[in-house]
Amino acid sequence: MLELQHISFTAEENGSKKEILKDINLKVEERFVAITGPNGSGKSTLAKMIAGIITPTEGKIFLDGEDITDLSITEKAKRGVSFAFQQPVRFKGLTVKDLISLAAGKNLKVNEVCNILSEVGLCAKDYVNRELNGSLSGGELKRIEIAMIMARGTRLSIFDEPEAGIDLWSFNNLIRVFEKMYKDIQGSILIISHQERILNIADKVIVIADGQVKSEGSRKEVLPELLGKSAACKTLTDKME
Amino acid sequence: MEIDSIQMQLLEQVADLHTVPEGAYNIRANGQMAGRHTTAHIDIITKEDKSGIDIKIQPGTKHESVHIPVVLSQSGLKETVYNDFYVGEDCDVTIIAGCGIHNGGDAASAHSGVHRFFVGKNAKVRYVEKHYGAGDGNGERIMNPTTEINLEEGAYLEMETVQIKGIDSTERVTRGKVADKATLVIHEKIMTHGKQFAKTDFEVDLDGEDSSVNLISRSVAKEQSSQVFLSKINGNNRCAGHSECDAIIMDEASVSAIPELTANHVDANLIHEAAIGKIAGEQLIKLMTLGLTEKEAEEQIVNGFLK
Repeated sequence: MLELQHISFTAEENGSKKEILKDINLKVEERFVAITGPNGSGKSTLAKMIAGIITPTEGKIFLDGEDITDLSITEKAKRGVSFAFQQPVRFKGLTVKDLISLAAGKNLKVNEVCNILSEVGLCAKDYVNRELNGSLSGGELKRIEIAMIMARGTRLSIFDEPEAGIDLWSFNNLIRVFEKMYKDIQGSILIISHQERILNIADKVIVIADGQVKSEGSRKEVLPELLGKSAACKTLTDKME
Repeated sequence: MEIDSIQMQLLEQVADLHTVPEGAYNIRANGQMAGRHTTAHIDIITKEDKSGIDIKIQPGTKHESVHIPVVLSQSGLKETVYNDFYVGEDCDVTIIAGCGIHNGGDAASAHSGVHRFFVGKNAKVRYVEKHYGAGDGNGERIMNPTTEINLEEGAYLEMETVQIKGIDSTERVTRGKVADKATLVIHEKIMTHGKQFAKTDFEVDLDGEDSSVNLISRSVAKEQSSQVFLSKINGNNRCAGHSECDAIIMDEASVSAIPELTANHVDANLIHEAAIGKIAGEQLIKLMTLGLTEKEAEEQIVNGFLK
């Protein structure tokens, strides 16, 4: 279980201080938790903080009761935190197989890499030895990024807007990947998303706006509020019943 | 002359040789011939006017290889060797050269290999050379390879040159002349550390119609080492030339990339790309989120880059 206590973060920009996160208190106990909210509300900052890339100005982060606030990125990763970047990183020379192996923490055989890649809908033999460079499309990089998280199989997997920067066709496939992951994964998934179809499979939805938690609860509780109660959205809310 | 264990280790590094190679070979150890084998299609002849060999590959020779490794384990030895490769028309062969220096003494050891290639019409050559230095003496390990490549019509030569470890100073000169429809491809990989210096100097004349060249250099400069990458392409006909220098710089190292493109023909299409920079922070962070330490992440990125 992940718990955030009184998390605040102040960034300094051009000499002036800006409060990005204000006294966030959260618990992630469910298997699939979605964080949503307007752009610039602090969602990505929060995700990076849990992964150790950003250190909170105030507050504590606990993973299964252990205070992990001041642990490094590496130590947090070793404790079982995985983080899929919003913008996947490219590497000249490192292949898909290299990175999936690094994620798994052991040198995987080709067929093991293939199994993981097919989970994210990539035809494995075309990708195993490809370099993670500019020759791969945004959608392909996203899926490989997700495959790395699956290869790790840790107790907390964080995804920062997996839908960002991919086309609609790839997005439909991506939804299937998450639906499958929801069934198979052992730990908890924390996903930042604006997409209703992702929010729709979440056990819990957290809305962050202006650096604060505006609402949280089951999707039935939060989504109607979020999507507005207009007639146009009734079709959607009905679908969730 | 017998090969000793230090020399065997050098051979493994520069030519992946664990036993006697298949096909034609000539092994040079401490300035002397330590083994030679010729085949029905490949002849190796010792030069009479200077140190070195002529390698003659008969036209039409396919899927054969030639190994010509050089090892130096005697501190203070300095030599210049001239090797000429005559590759007949329509051949398809692999040539593996390499030089390993083990210097356990205080005097500088140096090997300068001057390799000339005369590649016949429509022949295809893969040329691999590796440079490696070892030994804990204070003596410098110096290598100055010169490669001259002459490609006749429709010929194709792909050169892979690798220098990963232990060479204190190197000046690598490569000259190419490319005829009609011929293609030259060069992949260079260099890593320098300590106070090492590496200079690469390419100059290619694209003389033929539809000739092409692709020079790709990837390098890593660590600590106080320095590297200079010079690439000069002259487009003298309808041709395509591309050179690319991609370098990772670390610590207090320095890297210069100096391109020179000259088009002497209106249909010459020449491109140079150069990128020098430190390892991207996000690459390190990504690998750290997979559980690697910063140092491990750095090693993976460098190894992958030079793979």
